[in-house]
Amino acid sequence: MSAADFSAKSVDTKIAASHPATWSLVHRHRLRWWEPLPWILAIGYFFLFPNHLGFGTEMLIMVLFALSLDLVLGYAGIVTLGHAAFFGIGAYAVGMLAQHGIWSEPISGLAIAAVVAAIFGLLSGLVLLRTTGLTLLMLTLSIMLLLEEAANLAQEWTGGYDGLTDVSISPVLGLFEFNPLYPTTQYLYVLCVLFIGFLVVRTIVYSPFGESLTGIRENVLRMHAVGAPVRKRLVICYAISAAIAGVAGALWAQSNAYVNMSTLSLDRAATVLIILVLGGYGRLYGAFVGAVAYMVLAHYLAKLYPTAWQLGLGLMLMTIALFARNGIIGIVENLLARRRGKAPAQGSGS
Amino acid sequence: MSRPLLEARGVGKRFGALVAASDINFRLDVGARHALIGPNGAGKTTFVNLMTGVLTPTQGQVFLDGEDVTAIAQAERVKRGLARTFQINRLFRGLSVLENVYIPVAEQLGAAPGMVRPAGKRKDVIDAAMALLEKLRLQDVAAHKVSELPYGRQRLVEIAIALGLSPKVLLLDEPAAGVPSSESHIILDAIAGLPKDIAVLIIEHDMDLVFRFADRITVLVGGKIFAEGTPKDIAANADVRAIYLGQATHG
Repeated sequence: MSAADFSAKSVDTKIAASHPATWSLVHRHRLRWWEPLPWILAIGYFFLFPNHLGFGTEMLIMVLFALSLDLVLGYAGIVTLGHAAFFGIGAYAVGMLAQHGIWSEPISGLAIAAVVAAIFGLLSGLVLLRTTGLTLLMLTLSIMLLLEEAANLAQEWTGGYDGLTDVSISPVLGLFEFNPLYPTTQYLYVLCVLFIGFLVVRTIVYSPFGESLTGIRENVLRMHAVGAPVRKRLVICYAISAAIAGVAGALWAQSNAYVNMSTLSLDRAATVLIILVLGGYGRLYGAFVGAVAYMVLAHYLAKLYPTAWQLGLGLMLMTIALFARNGIIGIVENLLARRRGKAPAQGSGS
Repeated sequence: MSRPLLEARGVGKRFGALVAASDINFRLDVGARHALIGPNGAGKTTFVNLMTGVLTPTQGQVFLDGEDVTAIAQAERVKRGLARTFQINRLFRGLSVLENVYIPVAEQLGAAPGMVRPAGKRKDVIDAAMALLEKLRLQDVAAHKVSELPYGRQRLVEIAIALGLSPKVLLLDEPAAGVPSSESHIILDAIAGLPKDIAVLIIEHDMDLVFRFADRITVLVGGKIFAEGTPKDIAANADVRAIYLGQATHG
């Protein structure tokens, strides 16, 4: 062991990176064979269920919202119960501009929503992310509830309790009309935006920045000790996530043509959290699986047991919490690992 | 006379009425192999925290490579070449061994803020991380989750993370703590193989390791420097034997 070649910089380049042990890190950002599957299914849904596109649009929006939460909760380990704050900000930004006749072009509307939500994420993140754990949880919750109350009080702008009921949006690209009764445009438009949002999140989580976020999640004290600017990274991540959640909220406002206080509510924040836990957090596709599983289940349970459907959801959540901490995706991973006869190489959570 | 890489001048720390460290003068030269010993509660950890910037001293100054870093934060001191390991493992438990080393190397090479290029395409970072793992004979377990390794090899990852920062000064806080004796030779080998040009300060209870490794020893008692000298001086010092060595396993 000579001293000189110990340092991190002087290395024989080719040999190390081709070592078989580096394979999973070197290849993890590459497209896997099953990754087009969700998109094929989403397009299939469009043709198979033309009468349920409204429901489909809602699912796609929740997938995008859950993806934004996955970035902060699943990857960076920021425990938040107030993520609907950004969803609501995006929804109200688009809704107020359209209702008051200021701006109704949809695509730039999404950009505006993203910027407003990102700024709010940045500012609140600078304060909030000084704290962790239960304190952080309560602070994110209270900021969201303050916003909800502000939306209730600023009636002139937000419509108060009744919300904004006349959010008319211009045709997409000047060509495709938004029609809340037959939402083909909405579905495809939301699907395209979801695809872009997904690419953004996927790129970030597989980047060195994403790796450092997982480092913060796994051991924040060590991240300080390796000289990482932890709070700066968390605030950046929080602002990006806020922007994506804002876009999800804006899509919700555009496709429903109204905005109400439910976009900012604890109910929505809890739903997206349940979706992510159900699908599997820190797993990128957990948002897809969770959103579809939750919404389909909620839909049918509500039909079958109109008064007690939430009991079914509660039981399912308890099952997940007790037996499958990594959600549905985690169950699939375990089954695959068992078939290959080894434990999965990577994982979060338990 | 060689240049001090890390120097403490009259450093002290009080927590209210409690004096955790006082009037510590200490220097670590290029290539030093220095050991810090002392009974439990002597202020060894406080001393390390003062050097690394986890704590700010209430008196005195800390110099790193000739510059006053007393008021400079931990992260910035790391960038200037001060790295440490921890007495109790602080690893990224859910990640692979390679990722554990990738993270500090990415910080060191300035790759970590990048959001667009995939981590796997930063071959420079992966190569540097793998080279370190090869030096520490961890290359074969690079893809394993770090929490699945035996404890002795986890301690090596702890050292690998610190080395990934290309330090000028390395503080090893009880590197062999908790390692079963059957595995402790791998820690000794790793420490013996550290690059000669970096200054190393080791805080250790294991006298075997201290006397094998150090060319200079500082004894800390009650937050003050009690004695300093070559291993021979310290071993021959009757006061030190009475206070410290007498209670240890080794005489």
